[in-house]
Amino acid sequence: MAWVTVECMALAIRATGLVKKYGDVVALDGLDLEVEQGTVMGLLGPNGAGKTTAVRVLTTLLRPDSGRAEVAGVDVLARPKELRRRIGVSGQYAAVDEHLTGFENLDMVGRLYHLGAGASRARARELLAQFDLAHAAERVVKGWSGGMRRRLDLAGALVARPPVLFLDEPTTGLDPRGRVGMWDVIEDLVRGGTTLLLTTQYLEEADRLADRIAVIDQGRVIALGTADELKSQVGGERIEVVVSTEEQLEPARREAALLCIDQPSVDERDRRVTVPVAGGTRDLVELLGRLDRAGIEVLEAGLRRPTLDDVFMSLTGHHAEAEQAGEVSDDPDDSDDSDDSEGVA
Amino acid sequence: MSAVAEAVSDAAVITRRNLRKILRVPDVLVFTTLSPIMFVLLFAYVFGGAIGTQDTGVGYREFLIAGVFTQTVVFGSTFTGYSLAEDLQKGIIDRFRSLPMSTSSVVVGRTVSDIGINVVSLFVMSVTGLIVGWRIRTSVLEAVAAYVLILLFAFAISWIMAAVALTVRTPEVVNNASFIVIFPLTFCANTFVSTSTLPGPLETFANWNPVSSVTQAARELFGNVDPDAPVPDAWPMQHPEVYTLIWVVIILVVFVPLSIRLYQRAASR
Repeated sequence: MAWVTVECMALAIRATGLVKKYGDVVALDGLDLEVEQGTVMGLLGPNGAGKTTAVRVLTTLLRPDSGRAEVAGVDVLARPKELRRRIGVSGQYAAVDEHLTGFENLDMVGRLYHLGAGASRARARELLAQFDLAHAAERVVKGWSGGMRRRLDLAGALVARPPVLFLDEPTTGLDPRGRVGMWDVIEDLVRGGTTLLLTTQYLEEADRLADRIAVIDQGRVIALGTADELKSQVGGERIEVVVSTEEQLEPARREAALLCIDQPSVDERDRRVTVPVAGGTRDLVELLGRLDRAGIEVLEAGLRRPTLDDVFMSLTGHHAEAEQAGEVSDDPDDSDDSDDSEGVA
Repeated sequence: MSAVAEAVSDAAVITRRNLRKILRVPDVLVFTTLSPIMFVLLFAYVFGGAIGTQDTGVGYREFLIAGVFTQTVVFGSTFTGYSLAEDLQKGIIDRFRSLPMSTSSVVVGRTVSDIGINVVSLFVMSVTGLIVGWRIRTSVLEAVAAYVLILLFAFAISWIMAAVALTVRTPEVVNNASFIVIFPLTFCANTFVSTSTLPGPLETFANWNPVSSVTQAARELFGNVDPDAPVPDAWPMQHPEVYTLIWVVIILVVFVPLSIRLYQRAASR
């Protein structure tokens, strides 16, 4: 294939101009993506950005209207069955059989990968132990918790030790503890050299797990880079201060404007002023001194690095999280993620 | 492994999974065994008195059993459709689709595992039948042939139901849609009455209805045919085994590839 050049050999995933439409809705609008072998790529975007569609196309579950893709050296459209031998997929909804036990689920997957009876059984036991599910191996999945099902589903994706792994929102719907547990599991996996494509709407998750992040909005990649690169696109650190009364917001903003490198932003509801600064803690001390002299009472003050939410805001003009508020399910666990609280003093 | 060996192995894996599920969801097994008992008793005692008077020689209960067998397995084929539609809505289908398994195996595994259900329900019905006075009056070999023919026919019908399920894709709709077809098919036949009692066009339909030919063939093989009552003149009734097998082949030739294609399409949404 003309595509395979020396440079491309190191690519585990390569997609060019993927388009997928559902009627008038454009799910993928010419998506391009390259993921190097042995790295973790995070696809970050709000609900409806096209992340899941991209994963479904790359894993042969959906045919794109146009474009081409190659995963693990196999043309996705031309040789889907060949590709399925080399990838593992774990989706947003646990793809497990409720009426089978944990062991039977993994054993069945092994046999359907044609590993043979003995190897399938051995691999199932191994994965159940690895994912801390051995105690539930002989119990029917119906009675399992959501977090356990997710781990079983992830184990199912790993049965054939695929070189390329796709995880579609692996922690959506998990409680905070389950989420951290899943992150540990994923970090262990990629340490073993697996190439991973991960979709998430949690900025914190992409920041923690991904080597590179592709920010997706309306079916296209709108920004690409490491978390640090993306953050540096929106400037350096920020100072945030919360003042005690609304009347003090405007004087506080004026004081902040004197030392900042960009215009400060004001959040009236939280009485919060945010200013990008170049001088770090020095600027923080300076600003606090000025506010004190101006008689402005500060309830809270801190220095933080820009979060990916800042990146999203500056790239798209809307918050990544705002979109999901209306859509997200009845799951109370979804509401308490504190994605952009990093480093606030 | 060759592609064929893989397809067989995959279908076997899915069959085993389906059978496990049948054993673990007891409602399915309970109703699979209860409803045939109900049918045998209902027709033997409720209709038996009213209809039985027409027959001389072989009693109505003997006449009836083969009809109940056929009717029950044909009704049972809706379970194939229901389960398949249910699977399509469950997460496990995403796992299946991401695996390098044969695309035919989900449907093949379904229809094959449902043979198991039919074996159980035929066994239960036979025991119930023996209790109420039904007898096999021929040889073991002929009786086995009757059971095999019924199972083959049920297998073919379950492929039709698979196609229905893969088209409508909602378990409840599968149930409703299939009953519209199954009721007339099993009642406009010789299952419970002799076709000669039916009015003109209906009699012709019933004589050419494969449900009638399966029933007729089973009656002959079990030795439950009234020697004094003439077999209808229609060719299917004169050659019920051949006619049934022709239908089985036609149905399988049309619906096996169709259902597999529909599965591939339904699964790639």
